Amino acid sequence: MDASNTIAATAQRRPGRLRRGRRVADRILRVGCTGATLVGALVLGSILLMLIIQGVRGFTPTMFTSPTPGPGSEGGGIANAILGSLVLTGIGIVVATPVGVMAGTFLAEYGRGSKLAALIRFLNDILLSAPSILIGLFVYTLMVRPMGTYSGWAGGVALAIIAVPVIVRTTEDMLRLVPGTLREAGAALGAPPSKVIMSVTWRAASAGIVTGIILALARIAGETAPLLFTALNNNSWFSADLMGGVANLPVMIYQFALSPYPNWQGLAWAGALLITATILALSIIARLVIKPQISR
Amino acid sequence: MTALTDTIALGRTREATARKGPSRNLDTLFRASAYGAALLVLLVLAGILGSILYGGWPAFREFGFGFLTSSAWNVGTEQYGALVAVMGTVASAFLALLIGVPVSLGIAVFLTQLCPGWARKPVAMTIELLAAVPSIIYGMWGLFVFAPLFARFVQIPVSNLVEGMPIVGTLFYARVPSGVGVLTAGIILAIMIVPFIASIARDMLDQIPTVLRESAYGIGCTTWEVVRHVLVPQAAVSIIGAIMLGLGRALGETMAVTFVVGNANRLSASIFDPSSTIASRIANEFNEADGLQLNALMALGCILFVITFVVLIIARLLTRRVQAA
Repeated sequence: MDASNTIAATAQRRPGRLRRGRRVADRILRVGCTGATLVGALVLGSILLMLIIQGVRGFTPTMFTSPTPGPGSEGGGIANAILGSLVLTGIGIVVATPVGVMAGTFLAEYGRGSKLAALIRFLNDILLSAPSILIGLFVYTLMVRPMGTYSGWAGGVALAIIAVPVIVRTTEDMLRLVPGTLREAGAALGAPPSKVIMSVTWRAASAGIVTGIILALARIAGETAPLLFTALNNNSWFSADLMGGVANLPVMIYQFALSPYPNWQGLAWAGALLITATILALSIIARLVIKPQISR
Repeated sequence: MTALTDTIALGRTREATARKGPSRNLDTLFRASAYGAALLVLLVLAGILGSILYGGWPAFREFGFGFLTSSAWNVGTEQYGALVAVMGTVASAFLALLIGVPVSLGIAVFLTQLCPGWARKPVAMTIELLAAVPSIIYGMWGLFVFAPLFARFVQIPVSNLVEGMPIVGTLFYARVPSGVGVLTAGIILAIMIVPFIASIARDMLDQIPTVLRESAYGIGCTTWEVVRHVLVPQAAVSIIGAIMLGLGRALGETMAVTFVVGNANRLSASIFDPSSTIASRIANEFNEADGLQLNALMALGCILFVITFVVLIIARLLTRRVQAA
């Protein structure tokens, strides 16, 4: 007791050394912050490990060739869900890209300083983090109720609504990075604004705009909640008309993972591995294309 | 400066195109479609509010203000109330903030102050990838990996310890230690919002002029003192905005919570007990719902809309004000 006090006292008196309280607070901060980061990395590692361990078992070639099996039966795959997911995200991104790019162009090129553009920008930012389940309810009321059936179109529209704000935000941010002198040069050649935007501004910002579209794709590929009320699911093979339920990976994973059948659970894990690997790959590609400050 | 030249440039081009011909038509068409697309964003938001108000109105009319205060949810007798779901939503989001905020701020400080240069990029990327993982995967991880461990190493020992104690005993007692419940949902939500808060907070800390930091270190401050007295006061408002943004996400998160919250309609004081959130209840029951139950679920959606949008509006105002300043 006495000894430690003396040591502390000498430590205090010696110049260049910190008082113990300060040193401890600093140490706690360093350890705490490093620990927090480690926990984050560990969780990601744990999720990937879980997916790989559980998913690889169900990862078979038949997975890609046969449709989902009936309850309690053996075999089967998730080919219809994979195809359905591709179609739904395809519809989503095809609908969202023109709308998002044009809206972003309006905000960046035409709407500078206008009150309406400021309002739209603000609401778009809010829509960006709006609960996706509410978007599902909206599309249900808008399309599923009047049509009387769940449909792939409704699912695609729901995904498009989620993708649009992401594309709007990235497009606007990227167009704003294009120097004004480029536009002036285009205008000086006598090009009308639409021509300047299409052949100068868009071209200059194309890498950024594509990044935004990839990010939007990564965002909607794993969305489950809005699909529950719009595309639902379907155990049979994919048919060319998109009316009626359309099988898709997220909803398939949700239903199969919580089912009591081991075969279904195995397929859910395989689907989960597939979808996560795809989404992580898309996000990494998007980050490699350009350093974004935009993904939120 | 650039904004000014841009306006001039656009103004000039507009004058210059005051001519006839196909290019002018194309120009008008282009402008109109850009305008239309932007208005569509506005319409979608109005449509979301309109559609759930329309769908939820019969339930509000039926139960009136009592819908908010009733904890009933009985399909047989057609009695519906929002209390349990609202409490579950607020409680799980609050727990998520309680756990997630210190962790995300820790990560932000680590990335901006402590991390050696070579590790900065990969570590930042790892954290950002956590944001890209779909919420259903968090749900599966929570239910199949986290919940069993949580039940075995936290719920059972803690329940045994606090059984019979006043207050603590009701707060931390698990009747059925299955690992799922409000606290589990809160922890999973915390993991999900950490990357968002951390990456915004990191950007904010990065924007603080290096001179401020260096002068603080120069007079002999420790890292803790620099963070506490220089960085936090500088970035406080926008960090609160980032936290609100995380809160908005936590309130509306659906799939992950549906997996781990237990989906029980029971008002319980214990954070170990299963409960429901608004989003999880909608996800669970909507497809089988009919008539008044459907309206009640839509009405729940209305409440969720109001809560999250108020939170998100505050969040955006806070983060924006600082960016403008």
